[in-house]
Amino acid sequence: MDALTTPLELDLASSTLREVNATLHDAELVADEVVVRNPAGKHSVAVGLDRPMRVTIDGHVGYYAAGMNQSADVVINGNVGVGVAENMMSGSVWVKGSASQSAGATAHGGLLVIEGDAAARCGISMKGVDIVVGGSIGHMSAFMAQAGTLVVRGDAGDALGDSIYEARLYVRGTVASLGADCVAKEMRPEHHEELAALLKSAGFDDDDTHQYTRYGSARSLYHFHVDNTSAY
Amino acid sequence: MTQHRTVPRQSATFDPSVIAEIQRAADTGIYDIRGWGAKRALPHFDDLLFLGASMSRYPLEGYRERCGTDVVLGDRNATYPLHLETPVTIAGMSFGALSGRAKEALGRGASEVGTSTTTGDGGMTPEERDQSKHLVYQYLPSRYGMNPDDLRKADAIEIVLGQGAKPGGGGMLLGQKITERVAGMRTLPQGVDQRSASRHPDWTGPDDLTIKIAEIREITDWEKPIYVKVGATRTYYDVKLAVHAGADVVVVDGMQGGTAATQEVFIEHVGIPTLAAIPQAVQALQELGVHRKVQLIVSGGIRSGADVAKAMALGADAVAIGTAALIALGDNDPRWQAEYEALGTTAGAYDDFQDGKDPAGITTQDPELQMRFDPVEGGRRLANYIRVLTMEAQTIARACGKAHLQHLEPEDLVAVTIEAAAMARVPLAGTSWIPGAGATL
Repeated sequence: MDALTTPLELDLASSTLREVNATLHDAELVADEVVVRNPAGKHSVAVGLDRPMRVTIDGHVGYYAAGMNQSADVVINGNVGVGVAENMMSGSVWVKGSASQSAGATAHGGLLVIEGDAAARCGISMKGVDIVVGGSIGHMSAFMAQAGTLVVRGDAGDALGDSIYEARLYVRGTVASLGADCVAKEMRPEHHEELAALLKSAGFDDDDTHQYTRYGSARSLYHFHVDNTSAY
Repeated sequence: MTQHRTVPRQSATFDPSVIAEIQRAADTGIYDIRGWGAKRALPHFDDLLFLGASMSRYPLEGYRERCGTDVVLGDRNATYPLHLETPVTIAGMSFGALSGRAKEALGRGASEVGTSTTTGDGGMTPEERDQSKHLVYQYLPSRYGMNPDDLRKADAIEIVLGQGAKPGGGGMLLGQKITERVAGMRTLPQGVDQRSASRHPDWTGPDDLTIKIAEIREITDWEKPIYVKVGATRTYYDVKLAVHAGADVVVVDGMQGGTAATQEVFIEHVGIPTLAAIPQAVQALQELGVHRKVQLIVSGGIRSGADVAKAMALGADAVAIGTAALIALGDNDPRWQAEYEALGTTAGAYDDFQDGKDPAGITTQDPELQMRFDPVEGGRRLANYIRVLTMEAQTIARACGKAHLQHLEPEDLVAVTIEAAAMARVPLAGTSWIPGAGATL
């Protein structure tokens, strides 16, 4: 069998989560492509991957799928629970379905694509990741977002970008309300360029970037000041 | 005729510091932020005494009979639990709050005596990792600098839910200390007044924490002990929930525990004293049948070997020191008195760690001030201090007839105040009275 062309199959119906993750972490593993069958909503599937490899999870998963991913490209053929790709450093996580809350939380890098919707707190405390959501996102998304880019093809819920630092948010639809210190900003040419590239990388090549609005920090809360007390 | 005048009388309610604070608040319109922990007088370890051996108990020979001090932490689930030579560990303090040289000194001192040191809100520095034989990596709500590579480099992982100085509050680091390196590690703009979240971003309650702990175990292949740290408030319930969530070690930090920067009102008015927290934690562990299996680390106001011994007699497996460790390094040293005065304070009272102007070069990122502090000398001083704490605790344990510090027990203790007796659940000295004994929690 040629390990480089035939994907290794791991089955969570017959193997434990520990066995599956240990195999994925195994430095001796020669397979560059792995398929995980029957995830059945299990938590922490394919977490802590730390080398270039392609992992397909065939079904729905629970919390923290592909958490702390480094270098691997993970595709999830289903919906995901809380904290998909939390603290991802690099690589990519591609969700074919929808995501529960805290998708991409604190992630430092890489690309997270959610083809469906994402619930509350999408991109909370994001630190450099690029997130593209095909549908809409819930409330308190991009809370304290520090760096990176969040693209939303649908609508955003209440308090978008509350206490945001330097992350950039692009929303095509409506925003229910903006959080403290988050404001709409001008779309300059470099923003259209950045947005177009991100949409393309997520397979949404045909979107017109002029339909999007950019949001970011007004930077008025960067220093403690008496006039801002109600916002802290 | 002699004119009688009344002597000016200060109000106990509106004492000079209260009046000064009202005036300061009226001038500035913003709350006071400072470092250190609670400074008010509280029932504490000083209110407890040991019952040394005499006729009814048999002491160990002071300098000849062995009194063990080692402790194993996190052997419930981890492949590689920590085995420390002394139960005195170093509490989490961030690079950012402290200079890189101060962090290095903590690592040097701790490693010399075979104990652990802990990162803080802001990630792991290479200097700290290199100098620390046993390094505990904190997992905080902000996740500043959180990196799976560092997670794998750690010897243990401490999930921080809160700290004694500010249970329920998030971190704070003012712009003076957000230098280029600190900002880079935290992914923040240089010079901002950093506000950290008080809640973890991807879990919201004890059931979620169970899943989070399982995730971290999976990422690190079940190799590392996982601690859960809580600020002391509803300690009985928090410890029970932490154990249920899967903690291998529970860290309980009383309100005397220090901070680098928190609102004064928060430090002094939120949380409970360390003394009141320990028996609650021990009760929770005992009821779950895991006392000594899930280890308990206590911090908040540990200063001497007597404090170490008292915490352990009440049921702790180990203690952590923060403020005392900084003092051992050289913080608040009288040699800098003139500079403390220039900052409007005095040696022994300096607590403006948030300002980054520390004359001792410890709680600062100022390049020139940092260079005043020698990490090798600081490490040696810290090692000396921890050795003294350990020897003092051994002295007391031997006098109580104990061949290991962990053999100390509540039966060895009495209290000198009713408050301390009630909180520590030991009898008032000379009586068999434990106020509140038998009352349900």
